[in-house]
Amino acid sequence: MDHPQQFDVIVIGGGHAGTEAAVASARVGANTLLLTQSVETIGQMSCNPAIGGIGKSHLVREIDALGGAMALATDRAGIQFRTLNSRKGPAVRATRAQADRVLYRNAIRSAVERCDNLSVFQQSVVDLDIEGDRVRGVVTQMGLRFKARRVVLATGTFLGGRIHVGLQNQPGGRAGDAPSNALAERLRALPLRVDRLKTGTPPRIDGRTVDFGVMEIQPSEEPRPTMSVLSTPEVHPRQVPCHITHTNARTHEIIRTGLDRSPMFTGMIEGVGPRYCPSIEDKVVRFADRPAHQVFVEPEGLETHELYPNGISTSLPFDVQLAAVRSIAGFERAHITRPGYAIEYDFFDPRDLKPSLETRCIEGLYFAGQINGTTGYEEAAAQGLLAGLNAARAAAGKDAWCPERYEAYIGVLVDDLVTLGVTEPYRMFTSRAEYRLRLRQDNADQRLTKQGRDLGLVDDARWSTYTRKKRELDRGAAVLAGVVAVPGNDLTRAVAEATGEAIEKPASMFEILKRPGIDVVALVGVLKARGIAVDEPVVSQLEIEAKYQGYLQRQDEEIARVKANEEVALRPDFDYRGISGLSNELKDKLAARQPATIAQAARVPGVTPAALSLLLVHAKRDAGQQRQA
Amino acid sequence: MVHHPQDRKGVRLATIAAIATPPGRGGIGIVRVSGTGLGELLQGILGRVPAPRQAELADFSDADGAAIDRGIVIYFPAPQSMTGEDVVELQGHGGPVVMDRLLERACELGARIARPGEFTERAFLNDKIDLAQAEAVADLIDSASKRAARAAMRSLEGEFSARVAEIDRAVLDLRVYLEAAIDFAEEEIDFLAESDALEKLQAIAGHIEHLAVESRRGEALREGLDVVIAGPPNAGKSSLLNRLLAENRAIVTDVPGTTRDLLRADIEIEGVPIRLTDTAGLRAGGDRVETIGVERARTAIAQADLVLAVEDAMAMPPGDMGLADIAPNRIRVRNKVDLTGEQPGGSGEVIRISALNGDGVDALRATIAKIAGVAPGEGAYLARKRHLDALAAASDRCAAAGERLGEGFGDLAAEELRQVQTHLGDIVGITTVDDLLGEIFGSFCIGK
Repeated sequence: MDHPQQFDVIVIGGGHAGTEAAVASARVGANTLLLTQSVETIGQMSCNPAIGGIGKSHLVREIDALGGAMALATDRAGIQFRTLNSRKGPAVRATRAQADRVLYRNAIRSAVERCDNLSVFQQSVVDLDIEGDRVRGVVTQMGLRFKARRVVLATGTFLGGRIHVGLQNQPGGRAGDAPSNALAERLRALPLRVDRLKTGTPPRIDGRTVDFGVMEIQPSEEPRPTMSVLSTPEVHPRQVPCHITHTNARTHEIIRTGLDRSPMFTGMIEGVGPRYCPSIEDKVVRFADRPAHQVFVEPEGLETHELYPNGISTSLPFDVQLAAVRSIAGFERAHITRPGYAIEYDFFDPRDLKPSLETRCIEGLYFAGQINGTTGYEEAAAQGLLAGLNAARAAAGKDAWCPERYEAYIGVLVDDLVTLGVTEPYRMFTSRAEYRLRLRQDNADQRLTKQGRDLGLVDDARWSTYTRKKRELDRGAAVLAGVVAVPGNDLTRAVAEATGEAIEKPASMFEILKRPGIDVVALVGVLKARGIAVDEPVVSQLEIEAKYQGYLQRQDEEIARVKANEEVALRPDFDYRGISGLSNELKDKLAARQPATIAQAARVPGVTPAALSLLLVHAKRDAGQQRQA
Repeated sequence: MVHHPQDRKGVRLATIAAIATPPGRGGIGIVRVSGTGLGELLQGILGRVPAPRQAELADFSDADGAAIDRGIVIYFPAPQSMTGEDVVELQGHGGPVVMDRLLERACELGARIARPGEFTERAFLNDKIDLAQAEAVADLIDSASKRAARAAMRSLEGEFSARVAEIDRAVLDLRVYLEAAIDFAEEEIDFLAESDALEKLQAIAGHIEHLAVESRRGEALREGLDVVIAGPPNAGKSSLLNRLLAENRAIVTDVPGTTRDLLRADIEIEGVPIRLTDTAGLRAGGDRVETIGVERARTAIAQADLVLAVEDAMAMPPGDMGLADIAPNRIRVRNKVDLTGEQPGGSGEVIRISALNGDGVDALRATIAKIAGVAPGEGAYLARKRHLDALAAASDRCAAAGERLGEGFGDLAAEELRQVQTHLGDIVGITTVDDLLGEIFGSFCIGK
């Protein structure tokens, strides 16, 4: 039957991409339906129970700045918080939280249920309703037809999912859940390039059978950081520590004896796994000289004893898993509650997507999350938000939106995906962002909240928090710039005494902040004592701005070029072969990648400035001819 | 096209400068500068801002106020200029030394040397090129960049490029540690102690400085128009070399195949530095040494800016030995016209000479100068200059990386090192993020 309701946007999948997509779409006013196999698993963390980390918390903060659900849910579910890279500079500082799976799921589900314009329906989707090159809706398992203007596919690892343990394998989307094979078949028939990737999980362990006494303990950090700018540590649940143990020579020996029954090493798995998250058998083989590998023992939640031993993901047969686990210090009596496994799944070449995450070949069909070859909750959520937003905007007849590489990690993520594609599951690293110094955790709201407000993603509460912060920063900057220390005056002596900074020529307090190692607390103390009202957190943030100012200005020319190049479009059928002066290799690459703009072409490996100049001029000529025609 | 709801503020592009006239000691040489707001630069060189669009006589001064040259300046304020930005043309006496000092002065005052085609790119961005021009300019950039590539390749021959590549590798190794320490802070990586990293940085800075000094002295870099003398055996190639050198440097005999290896000499024709290379006679057969010589000759011919295809006017028919295929820029030089009685001289594609008595050699010199003079785009000279600039910039960033590391700003130090590699990449090719990540995953066991 046909469902009587017509939706603007249908989102398929209730994971991290799907929920952010549904919330973003509904929030900007689209009548949205979230279709999931199971309402119970909305917001489920399929892999390790943690959110954030280096590069990843940057994404979470950006999602937060754009009104997404992930950061707030993490604060409600986080049972151990840490700041990473605290001593390596503000740009790469990151936040990581261990999350209680149940609390996280509940927080996400409640965010979904609280959302206006958003309905949930539990049914597996088996088919897409496609007319010509346009999507019209979806068909569920029981033959129910839903009509929609736009459809976002966020099906994770469920497409053609196959789970491997040892030499045995079976279809599955996640341990315990069925894959979406009918839908996978349907999608394979579309003119999209499809390939296989693999990822894995470790065996889970019953905490009652573990001796934590022999392990290193890693408690939550105090004062605790929060993931969302709207949260305070008071919303965090009870905190519990993680533990660290190590594999040893015996563990490695056991693993080696099991390699002949490994689906990886016997070639049963064709999918490519990530280089940065190898299975324990991979590590043992590739880094044979290492006597031990670190294992983070992470709690799965407050109300369960189950543990997630991060670092020993494996698809070896169960008997090898058990023996290997029990050879590890503290795990001698360990009971495995769920075996580790590897999962292979379909992904679609993201180079077939536009920067809006709409597929190039089917109008109105958007892809977000692991279906695009990424890994990680944060990467999935970021894409979900963008795809949901753009689907809703398109349904309302508005242009797509995507931040640039110099505005957000989300921009880096999407641009990397659609221009370079993936060769392994794509994870965010700060080193992927050439404008890393401006894409900080601390300024995610300054970079994006205004845009989010204009897009309709940011509600009044977030907007007023942001405008207050912005006002304080602007006021603080004006105050600091206006207070000038002149050699010999009282202020100079006081600053010098409190901070140990010699001041030899007149300098504003903002200038003083640029100095390395300046003691902000002492400086604020001096200013306050003289009746100059400044807050330490504001000054700390301004200190970062002051120190980075020179670097950011240096990047401005590069960014100006990128901006100018963004404006110059290249048609998909642009004739690269007709450009003399480009090497054949480059012609092939450009023809295959079909960059949408000169800026994208510039990021194709091997494109030189000279080649770019050629492209620019040809693009201009091409545009002129189009106009004349 | 992706839409942005917010307004974008225009950001100014860097000021760029280049020698706009062909290399050599022409009557007039032009240094062209383009940028937004050139007031300070004009003040620095002229001590004033000249009237718009009027040729004015002016003294060009260096940082100490000493005169570099007296010449004509024309100032084209935006937007009525070739690039649409402020443009200044400094027309001085065209020798390489004056041009070099003017360019240097512009760079001191904030300009950087333009890449091939960059003026055109600016013009394009500011809508200063129409449809018809675009086509012509595309071809020009094409040939200019090919030429620049060849010039760069030549200046990179041998040691220089090897040493830059070595430094680049050392920088990459250090970046692998720094970036891994940043992106994989929770992994058990045997990170460099800060002192070790500083030590490595200092070593790298030392290598860059050393190479820069040597290169400035011209020991590692070469420059000039590459002219190769080629042709069949016993056509009189070595005699021509001697005639051009005006000294008996090559051994001349009438035994075919006397010149077995490349013979090189530097001369100047009308101020244009010329690297002259005499090659083995092109013929099949001969002994093994001669075969190798012929092989080298072919390589030299393929890399040359200009080939003097010497033929024996007495031989019937004049042998070409397939030069047409490998040497598109060539002059046919008919030698031994003293024996055939042909009129010496000529211009264009065929010059008739007698290497023996020197008849017609002046015509040949003039033709070479003309070709050198109208050669499009940049020569080895600018390529070399850019390489030195890249080294200097890399050296500066290296020093800054050390400072930031000392101050505890790992992220800023990493940014400086990225810039070091970008500058070195101008010489030896770019290292991509994927290269870097590949090195990290290859070097460390990562993955909790």
